[in-house]
Amino acid sequence: MYKANIYVTLKKGVLDPQGNAVKNSLHVLGYQAVSEVRIGKLIEVWLEADDEQNARRELEELIDRLLANPVIEDYQVEIVGVE
Amino acid sequence: MKFGVVVFPGSNCDADCYHVVQTVLGHEVDYIWHQQASLTGYDALIIPGGFSYGDYLRTGAIARFSPIMPAVIDFANQGGLVLGICNGFQILLEAGLLPGAMLKNRSLKFICDKVNLKVKRNDTAFTNQLRVNEVITLPIAHGEGNYFCDEETLTALRDENRILFTYCNASGNEGVEYNPNGSVANIAGIVNRQGNVLGMMPHPERCSEKILGGMDGYSIFASILQSFQEAGR
Repeated sequence: MYKANIYVTLKKGVLDPQGNAVKNSLHVLGYQAVSEVRIGKLIEVWLEADDEQNARRELEELIDRLLANPVIEDYQVEIVGVE
Repeated sequence: MKFGVVVFPGSNCDADCYHVVQTVLGHEVDYIWHQQASLTGYDALIIPGGFSYGDYLRTGAIARFSPIMPAVIDFANQGGLVLGICNGFQILLEAGLLPGAMLKNRSLKFICDKVNLKVKRNDTAFTNQLRVNEVITLPIAHGEGNYFCDEETLTALRDENRILFTYCNASGNEGVEYNPNGSVANIAGIVNRQGNVLGMMPHPERCSEKILGGMDGYSIFASILQSFQEAGR
């Protein structure tokens, strides 16, 4: 059993109104040093696979098909554990 | 003419669409439950608005893999008329029947309002009862109607005349101040290359009877009937 953390983030150049709102709020709180905030998602997936390479292949396929939308999102996969 | 209204868990404009087809247009209509895996005997499909699957993951992302969707995609690929409204538009984007994706509204607010739309073309199955550059008023109700596509796709949409509706003011002027959600190029509705699949954020089904305050939505349904009759089907 493998455990993966999948980070789905908005592509560079895609406006993140949510991130902007949070940045403005941080400025209101006095954190002027913050120059940008981008909000993404962490999706945790547990899956059975023969080895890490197969786990990664399976994960990339399912991310491409469902978990991330390539028009607006990028992703990173991190396999964080074997149970 | 026979319509099908596809119903997903969380659809909430299905009954409005059904009502317009049956009562206002006086044509046949069925609800099509998303678990159904085949479609026969329909001349047009409506993918209604709502919050299919609670908008989990991304709007339309889960509905796009419902058992009914391969049949919807086949129907569209064979030239069948498909109208996706609001969440229906989002589902068509996720399904790849239309290009692009939806982002949260620029304001981050759910917007429930009436907007002016400019009709860009009237030589389509969905707009033949309207005039080019005519301004129509339809309701919107969405949190994620901020249409996004890359430059290349936008150029193709423009070159191929696939933008049917844009947000504008009452005189038909487009501008960022008349764009409710931040959509690229003020886009409110686009068609596929073949012109048989329309996705639009505004709700024509909520504006097809005088008692509801406007008939502008009716023109879109009337266009579908007209194109069907012209095709002699």
